[in-house]
Amino acid sequence: MRKIVAKGVVGIARLLAGGNVRRVGFTPDERQRIYFANHASHLDFVLVWAALPPRLRAMTRPVAAKDYWDHGFRRYLGVKVFNAVLIERTPTSESPSPIDILLDGLGDRHSLIIFPEGTRGDGSTIAPFKSGLYRLGKARPDVELIPAYINNVNRILPKGEFVPVPMLASVSFGEPMHVGDDEDKSAFLARARNAILELRQW
Amino acid sequence: MVNMIRDRQTLMLFGGILALLVVATIVGQLIKLRKRHSVDNTVVDNLNARIRAWWVMSVVFALSLLTGGIGSVILFAALSFFALREFITLTPTRPADHSALFWVFFIITPLQYYLVFAQWYGFFSVLIPVYGFLFVPSRIAISGDSNAFLERSSKIQWGLMVCVYCVSHVPALLMLEIPGYFGKNARLLFFLVVIVQLSDVLQYVWGKLLGKHKIAPVISPSKTWEGFIGGVLSATLIGTSLWWATPFTVWQTMGMAFVITVMGFLGGLTMSAIKRDAGVKDWGSAIQGHGGVLDRIDSICFAGPIFFHLTRYFFT
Repeated sequence: MRKIVAKGVVGIARLLAGGNVRRVGFTPDERQRIYFANHASHLDFVLVWAALPPRLRAMTRPVAAKDYWDHGFRRYLGVKVFNAVLIERTPTSESPSPIDILLDGLGDRHSLIIFPEGTRGDGSTIAPFKSGLYRLGKARPDVELIPAYINNVNRILPKGEFVPVPMLASVSFGEPMHVGDDEDKSAFLARARNAILELRQW
Repeated sequence: MVNMIRDRQTLMLFGGILALLVVATIVGQLIKLRKRHSVDNTVVDNLNARIRAWWVMSVVFALSLLTGGIGSVILFAALSFFALREFITLTPTRPADHSALFWVFFIITPLQYYLVFAQWYGFFSVLIPVYGFLFVPSRIAISGDSNAFLERSSKIQWGLMVCVYCVSHVPALLMLEIPGYFGKNARLLFFLVVIVQLSDVLQYVWGKLLGKHKIAPVISPSKTWEGFIGGVLSATLIGTSLWWATPFTVWQTMGMAFVITVMGFLGGLTMSAIKRDAGVKDWGSAIQGHGGVLDRIDSICFAGPIFFHLTRYFFT
């Protein structure tokens, strides 16, 4: 049943956004990855997920905000269908640290889709990255970090709208990266953000 | 469906297309063998990709005709949807247009095709040019963003007219009541689509073989007078040879085929002008080797309504 729902969601995403995927120095395979992308729409993770080959989708978990995805049908979609890792946007002192939840979600066989801007933008710019990507990269140097640029999805379902409209979108995956041995946080986050900006030209 | 398969004329029409595809495939493979070591492989690969896509498109089109009315209504509704999606993607809309776009895609477009299906000619012919025309700018005005207002409204109206209204005239051929031609209207649809597409292909072929004098180099570097004249004349002749499948006399068929090919040319040229203005080569990449859906049906957009109205005025 979940598989059918997932297929349905991918089908709807394709109907709205087309199936345009570009790979620039990236070959999808079973290795563990952290895909990080720009964020402008609730549909973003569906698009990245749908852009992966079907056999990799089952092992790839989107990271989503707990307050939005933890209720009713959204919970069914997020947790059951997409196997999302839910994190608090405003962590309290009692809750486990978001990084620990992410590392736990990654485990030894899953991949993650994360949006390091932390919140949705209007699609015209990419906000500075939060530090989570850096800390994940440091904690799991064996996992490749894959930049992904999502184009035009902000026009399909802009922030604040409830119904989508059809519009051709594309997902471009870039070359795998790692945190350098002596690279500091801000240098790495800037490099990662630039990797997405460079994919804009493709 | 069974009746159509048993019908000898229908078999001949489909057989003709099948023969054309087989010949094209053989020629394409021969060119590929001969050209293996030369540099210009992209052109040959593109040619063969196009031929493969023609097989798929022909099968889809043939199946839609065999189901009688409903299949072609669904097929052309889907083509309109995908073409409009390509058109709007290249149109700089703003967030305030979102609701208007939702209506355009999910209410007006399905309604237009429902009217084709229901054969309600009166409403079909005014839904988009009257109601849609007034609705789009009103809905955008309610959203309250005046930035480039006229430009945004008219681009959405244009997309709706070209991709939905014009295209919907192709399956609307099924609603025409032509004396002595009852139940055979699918052949008109076949006639129109085959001639438009053949004319496109033949203009391309004649242009590649003899093309020297460009018609409008800025808008379309590949369209030449030689290609245009050769394509229009040869497609008109082939169209004329199908007179037996139409309700027209030989000379009338020739006139219709001529109008269809010229309108198809104008459609291709006009839609190219929009692409050049937007700075792109193709509308999309939905069909291997051909570009987007709109790249393939741009000529039908212009030929469809004119063929529909000429037939309606003179033959019903």
